[in-house]
Amino acid sequence: MDGISIQIENVTVAYHGKVALHSASLNLKAGTICGLVGMNGAGKSTLFKAMMGFVKPVSGSILINGLPIRRVQKSSLVAYVPQSEDVDWNFPVSVYDVVMMGRYGYMNLLRMPRSLDRRIVRESLERVDLWQLRDRQIGELSGGQKKRAFFARALAQQGTVLLLDEPFAGVDIKTEKLMIDLLIELRQAGQTILISTHDLASITTFCDQVVLINRSILAYGDTSEVFTEENLSRTFGGFVGELPLAKRRLTQGSMSPDQEQP
Amino acid sequence: MDLVQWFVAPLQHEFMLKAILVSALVGIVCSALSCYTILKGWALMGDAVSHAVMPGVVIAYVLNIPLAVGAFVFGVGSVMAIGFIKAKTRVKEDTVIGLVFTGFFALGLVLVSKVRSSIDLTHILFGNVLGISDADIVQTVIISGITLVTLAILRKDLILFCFDSTHARSIGLNITFLYYVLLSLLSLTAVAGLQTVGIILVVAMLVTPGATAFLLSDRFDQMMLIAMVTGVFSSVIGTYISYHIDGSTGGCIVVLQTLLFVMAMIFAPKHGLLVRARTSQALNKTVV
Ligand SMILES: Nc1ncnc2c1ncn2[C@@H]1O[C@H](COP(=O)(O)OP(=O)(O)OP(=O)(O)O)[C@@H](O)[C@H]1O
Ligand SMILES: [Mg+2]
Repeated sequence: MDGISIQIENVTVAYHGKVALHSASLNLKAGTICGLVGMNGAGKSTLFKAMMGFVKPVSGSILINGLPIRRVQKSSLVAYVPQSEDVDWNFPVSVYDVVMMGRYGYMNLLRMPRSLDRRIVRESLERVDLWQLRDRQIGELSGGQKKRAFFARALAQQGTVLLLDEPFAGVDIKTEKLMIDLLIELRQAGQTILISTHDLASITTFCDQVVLINRSILAYGDTSEVFTEENLSRTFGGFVGELPLAKRRLTQGSMSPDQEQP
Repeated sequence: MDLVQWFVAPLQHEFMLKAILVSALVGIVCSALSCYTILKGWALMGDAVSHAVMPGVVIAYVLNIPLAVGAFVFGVGSVMAIGFIKAKTRVKEDTVIGLVFTGFFALGLVLVSKVRSSIDLTHILFGNVLGISDADIVQTVIISGITLVTLAILRKDLILFCFDSTHARSIGLNITFLYYVLLSLLSLTAVAGLQTVGIILVVAMLVTPGATAFLLSDRFDQMMLIAMVTGVFSSVIGTYISYHIDGSTGGCIVVLQTLLFVMAMIFAPKHGLLVRARTSQALNKTVV
């Protein structure tokens, strides 16, 4: 593995002929937390989808732990939590069932959980503070609780790479803190985490590396070197430069519409 | 006692015994599949497939091959046609579905009218379980076996596919495979259902028990069980009733299923209309 967990080379992605991500290249070290930062429409979700093989790049290659994504998925090694879950919230499954779905890749053909699977699911639910609500039907959770449930499913999957697309959107400060603490634990256990977020203030507290993106990768590397005012102002088209970085939270809501990409 | 007679007397006829066993089996299989159909939102698709098998059935009659084979080819073929037209044109999906299945069905009608002597159109359209042949029974048993075994093995994969196909893909499940499995089962059970209630009412067998159970439970396994129980109940009792009143068997079965749905809709403990009305009343009181 030579220490590189995610290797992206010259990846270009287009939707219906319109380029959303232009020759992105990126190497991420294993066992680190990497923040993905960029404004609305910058191509963050697109990068995640390309990594998961959900959109096919026009060109370029993506390797995870040295293997193409299809091979890695077969062994459940990449856990992905999308920006918004495209599921039927009235579906007759409980919170517990949903988290158990993270374990399917490790089970036999009939997907019969072993005691190990049950233990891991219980631990994951306890870690996000949802064990009490495990028997609820999945739609009977609040928005933030739903996010935590799907986060727990990714924990239960115990991959080596964790891809999180805006896990903090719509969760309260306490939950965000809880999730960040969990991410730090996972990093200690050797997982590689790529996380997109609009909470610039917290990036320096837990991200080892940062990737700045605006239709293409502008810069990436150690947080201390890359997360500078100058780079950020390039990423956000000058918008951040006027803000005292450490204090202000930049959320989707606080961004004026004319700052968005078409 | 009269009631005992009501149940026992018809069984003296061999055809009734066969009819009841077959419709019970079909009830189980269709109900099991109906849970997936309604959760995936494939009711319209089920209707389309069941109508589209018509030409296949007629061709199979003429070529003297098993009905299921012909039906299967046209069932899956119709879905592929729907997918193809949707992808290549700007017409919306429900339009395409409506267009394709009526086209296939119409083709079937033309074929039937040209080979009228050997096939009874009303049997295809409305079912004929009271006069079912031994060959058709064998075929129904085989179809049921295949469907139930497949559902038993792939139960959880199919649940995940219906609930969250993104996650299914991300842990390496082959969702194209699951899509076609579910679709093939839909075509197969449409053939099985066709024997008892006929092409026109098959979609009820593939939708109603699942919908009833969905109102009564928030757990998939429970939902499946409830669907199967209501399905078998309606099939068996419906067949009895049709014998006693000398009316359409398919009609009786589907009317019973619909009644069960209406009862669930009103009385369901959590999602029923009565409970909803009561809770909103209680809430209003506390607010005032
Ligand atoms: N399915 C799609 N079809 C067409 N265009 C798309 C699609 N998804 C995204 N795009 C376009 O691609 C570009 C990048 O979108 P993407 O979702 O990757 O942005 P993002 O960085 O995740 O933004 P946000 O912060 O709002 O989540 C945008 O211009 C968007 O309009
Ligand atoms: Mg996004």
